[in-house]
Amino acid sequence: MAQALEAATPQQEEPRAEPGVALQVTDLFKRFGDLEVLKGVSLTAYEHDVIAILGASGSGKSTLLRCINLLEVPDAGEVHVGGELIRMRTDRRGQAVPADRRQVDRIRARLGMVFQQFNLWSHLTVLQNVVEAPIHVLGLPRREAAERARALLDKVGLADKHDYFPAHLSGGQEQRAAIARALAMEPDVMLFDEPTSALDPELVGEVLKVIRDLAEEGRTMLIVTHEVGFARDVSSRTVFLHEGQIEEEGASRAVLDDPQSPRLRRFLSGQRGDA
Amino acid sequence: MLDLKGYGWMLWQGLELTILVGLAAMALALGLGLLGAWGKLAQGRAGRWAAGTYTTVIRGVPELLLILLVYYGVPTLIQDIAEGAGHDIILDINPFVAGVITIGFIYGAFATEVFRGAFLAVPRGQIEAARAAGMGQALTFRRIVLPQMWRFALPGLGNVWLVLIKATALISVIQLEELVRNADIAARATKLPFTFFFVVSLFFLGITIVSMVVQRRAEVWANRGVRRA
Repeated sequence: MAQALEAATPQQEEPRAEPGVALQVTDLFKRFGDLEVLKGVSLTAYEHDVIAILGASGSGKSTLLRCINLLEVPDAGEVHVGGELIRMRTDRRGQAVPADRRQVDRIRARLGMVFQQFNLWSHLTVLQNVVEAPIHVLGLPRREAAERARALLDKVGLADKHDYFPAHLSGGQEQRAAIARALAMEPDVMLFDEPTSALDPELVGEVLKVIRDLAEEGRTMLIVTHEVGFARDVSSRTVFLHEGQIEEEGASRAVLDDPQSPRLRRFLSGQRGDA
Repeated sequence: MLDLKGYGWMLWQGLELTILVGLAAMALALGLGLLGAWGKLAQGRAGRWAAGTYTTVIRGVPELLLILLVYYGVPTLIQDIAEGAGHDIILDINPFVAGVITIGFIYGAFATEVFRGAFLAVPRGQIEAARAAGMGQALTFRRIVLPQMWRFALPGLGNVWLVLIKATALISVIQLEELVRNADIAARATKLPFTFFFVVSLFFLGITIVSMVVQRRAEVWANRGVRRA
């Protein structure tokens, strides 16, 4: 995509990843107190990749996603977004912290995040939720932002819900509004953190359909999910995390139809048992 | 029924001043409350210490004492210090300013706790969503946190206001011609203390009732988007 190519132009002082790489995570470590959640995870997402991240709860898959846009600050490792390295430094207590908060804000604006709990801003209507960041972060004129928002809300099937507050929507509608909100920033990469885990079973389908449409458009996406069937159908690659490390990865169909590691095999049979 | 013997205008003037002192002090209290809440919630130890000392001291000392301290004590203290340094100055604090500052400071401490609770009541996930969209700390506070804080803060702030407006009666002791002071003057002149103090009570009751109506409306506004259970 054009934006991603721009980001990789030579004016960038940061070391560059290879062209076509939308996102690169290298040797990521993260611990919460005594609990080591990520133990050296590396992952590369090329443009148009749809990567499913699977794993049992506690395997570190959400933490991995949250480290990419620094909602969690990794203790060690590198994150490149569109070829730009997120610069880190060490504070007085020896903790890793971002070196430049503005850089972090700028990079976050290029990564669309969708949360398990939707996290729509409850004092704003659906339309206001979608125009908020484009207006105040990107500096888009209000009218242009509203136009973009309307088109996106149409696309996710919320054309008639513009003026509703989040509390008056179903979970599935809330999540679709949250996806529209993330898309409104025209992000280079979309990050989905268990987007259907908080939904009633009958509402899961409508959200998955929206994500599937985005995949077909060729968007670069990382999806942390429990929906193995969805991962198999929609994602190009699957990464299976176990206790903070990548246990197995590869083309989704190959990995999910013919898992090599016993842990993934057990995980998959457990999932089928649930369903 | 209630013959005010021509002193009615004094009560109206007093009412005006009482409301003025109340509003000015409330504005100061809101500002200090936000500042105090920020200090208490901030990462830095200095901010927490300053805000903690502020709320502890202010809430621990009687209001009347603080008013006397500011109005009579502070000018004398400054004059003494100046004299020690070889300057001869006479410092008079305007009773309106002294009243507003003292009452604003006192109720700022209560507002601090109200705002602190309100801040903590804003769902973390919504703040995360704002940060994830590239909104900086200040922008997130202004656009996402503050508008939602009102919803949680208004009931508490309404309380602060009602107590504050009644506390303005205390500044009659520093000769500010607010409602109670003027009623006292009129009562002494006419020897009708019941009449005047009773009327003034009704005035305060009126302020309270109007305030409650305003508060109800403000709460409806602040709760837009919230489903009533």
